[in-house]
Amino acid sequence: MCLAVPLKVRKKEGDMAEVGLKGLRQQVSVALTPEVKEGDWVLVHAGFAIQRLEENDALETLSLLEELNEAGN
Amino acid sequence: MDQERILLAHGSGGRQTQELIEKIIYPIFEANGGQPLLDAALLPAPGGAGLALTTDSFVVSPLFFPGGDIGKLAACGTINDLAVVGARPLYLTVGLIIEEGFAVADLKRILTSLAEVAKSAGVSVVAGDTKVVERGNADKLYINTTGIGVVAPGVALGPERIAEGDLIIVSGTVGDHGMTILCQREGLPLEAEVASDCAALHDLARALIATGGISCMRDPTRGGLATALNELAAQSGTVMEISEEKVPVQPPVAAGCGMLGLDPLYLANEGKLLITVRPDCGEAVMSVLVKHPLGKRARVIGRVTGRDGRGKVLLETGLGVRRILPGLEGEHLPRIC
Amino acid sequence: MRPGTDAAQLVARVEKLARRLPAGKTVHIMEVCGTHTHAIGKSGLRQLLPGNIRLISGPGCPVCVTHDREIAAYLDLAERDNVVIATFGDLLRVPGVRGSLAEARSRGAAVKVVYSPLEALQLAEQYWDREIVFLAVGFETTAPTVGMTVKKAKEKGLGNFSVLSMHKLVPPVLEALLLDDQVRLDGFILPGHVCTITGVVPFQFLPRRFEKGGVITGFEPCDILQAVAMLLAQIIEGRPAVEIQYRPGVRPEGNPLARQVMQEVFVPQEARWRGLGQIAASGLALREQFRAYDAAFRFSLREPAGPVLEKKPGCSCGDILKGIRIPPQCPLFKTACTPANPAGPCMVSSEGTCAAYYRYEQYRGG
Repeated sequence: MCLAVPLKVRKKEGDMAEVGLKGLRQQVSVALTPEVKEGDWVLVHAGFAIQRLEENDALETLSLLEELNEAGN
Repeated sequence: MDQERILLAHGSGGRQTQELIEKIIYPIFEANGGQPLLDAALLPAPGGAGLALTTDSFVVSPLFFPGGDIGKLAACGTINDLAVVGARPLYLTVGLIIEEGFAVADLKRILTSLAEVAKSAGVSVVAGDTKVVERGNADKLYINTTGIGVVAPGVALGPERIAEGDLIIVSGTVGDHGMTILCQREGLPLEAEVASDCAALHDLARALIATGGISCMRDPTRGGLATALNELAAQSGTVMEISEEKVPVQPPVAAGCGMLGLDPLYLANEGKLLITVRPDCGEAVMSVLVKHPLGKRARVIGRVTGRDGRGKVLLETGLGVRRILPGLEGEHLPRIC
Repeated sequence: MRPGTDAAQLVARVEKLARRLPAGKTVHIMEVCGTHTHAIGKSGLRQLLPGNIRLISGPGCPVCVTHDREIAAYLDLAERDNVVIATFGDLLRVPGVRGSLAEARSRGAAVKVVYSPLEALQLAEQYWDREIVFLAVGFETTAPTVGMTVKKAKEKGLGNFSVLSMHKLVPPVLEALLLDDQVRLDGFILPGHVCTITGVVPFQFLPRRFEKGGVITGFEPCDILQAVAMLLAQIIEGRPAVEIQYRPGVRPEGNPLARQVMQEVFVPQEARWRGLGQIAASGLALREQFRAYDAAFRFSLREPAGPVLEKKPGCSCGDILKGIRIPPQCPLFKTACTPANPAGPCMVSSEGTCAAYYRYEQYRGG
């Protein structure tokens, strides 16, 4: 129901930020995630950053997947 | 057709466009003895050579975009419609519908790029028409171009020639034009490092036809690769199967599609060929493609796997399973869901 | 299926777990979110699942569940002079009894497709002499973005901007589905991006009250396969729980600021869902202090008199959403109900269960 994509914050000015990925740039509002800094990854939905992503989180998913695979073998 | 009025979806190049043509437009001309309305008609001419005739109208917004403008688009679009039926483009007419107040400097710039494409393709602009409508009655500028070309004796391409086993090739990355135009759209706060692929394909088409291995060609414009494949499958009554992972897509186009909920297989192309090739000629055709500046990123994306009379396109997904790849339904609009 | 890939390993894991289910038992798992349904259809994932595992697409496509009364309300607005409708592209084609927004546009209505509610705000600044009405659809993910936009409009003192709130909430509709005695759902693939905002707490009632598990899931095919494996393990071990598969996107506490904005601007109210009827506290209305930005108030929209047609006679969407029936078992499927002329929410968008069956399931094999 809700399309959201992870994008990297390149510039932040007030409650707006330029975010991007692979040759793509977008202006989004960070009013719902005021804690984000340049270099952070955010989830973007309908022109708003709705969550700051922890880099550790991404790694955690990977390791979870590995655990699951091991459990399955 | 259910609707009483024309919707934007009727101009999307997808199912609704097809329906408008088949249910409303074609029956009227059929009763007058016309022939099926193709993108380009092949007509008999004295002396054995065939004539190809095509017409196209251009209504792109914005008029100027990375990689081209409406003038270049008009010349390329018409040249390409002739090229894919195997014709050598010769003559072009240009009809202009201009909104009152349009800048003459912009008009000059647009017509210059149209003229440059025509000249480099060896095509003469031989007739024209100019109308000006009141401000508000048109969106800046519309162009109609009609093209005439000749088909050399012995050249015969078309969906009826597509056979089981034929390879399906696309001449380069898909969705570049569609994503470029989307990013230019008013209000959409998105910028992609991508330019329209708008290009005249006559030279590449000629080289490909010379291999003798081509059964059919299309330029997958509005509605994208998926819709062009569905048209070819329906017209040839064949089952076509392509692999999603083999279709070349530039990273910014893929990323933009992810963000807007779009599929690059449905985005417009203005400088790509979709080609069906006899299996024994695959290598010869690919080697022509990769040596040509407009075919460097060509890929074999699938093959014709059978004949069912009605036509069907299957897509092998990233998971390695097959599903139906439908043609475009409605407008291909950004989604949030 | 290609051997050796992550997906192949996950499928093997799912198959192994599926063999541990009691003989004759079919597990019904609902993927609540339309974006999951889309990913499942697009990747062909359903074909990889063992026969005793059935995925059922839930009510999580917000435009599909937009009720005919709501569609009538915005078509009414669209036909008024001086009103410009700003809408997400998703809503354009959704048909009501009186037609769709795309058709209204062909009759002269001013309709602008926007990607963000902030764009609608820009339109209001640009067309200062017109009324801009933003059609606010979406679940907990989208409501805070609209809430923030309304706050911005108030800050800027914009006098020509309003929103028609048709927002819906996910937990109440899941509760309504589970309260039906006939329901045959064994677990839920929960909507990742809704939970990005809500966190896990609003879904704890699933195991606590109904003994059903839920896995908050990401949107890649492998995420969904992993969630199926996690749910099967819960079912086999008899320990229903809410688990998070979608780690990068969802924190247990969600986004508290986004929820605060949502609560500041909106108040829960009863809402009508296409094919499902009225569900208490499952929608969002603008609070009184934001009335100036409430299109329903600003344009004095009233409930029309007369009975409400909740669904076309014969439409089985309610049963399909509960796992009681599958689309081919509906008398209207493919005859009186097609993607071009849909009767219920499951056929409205390409994400609905019926539309997915119609489009993708015609071919099975490979």
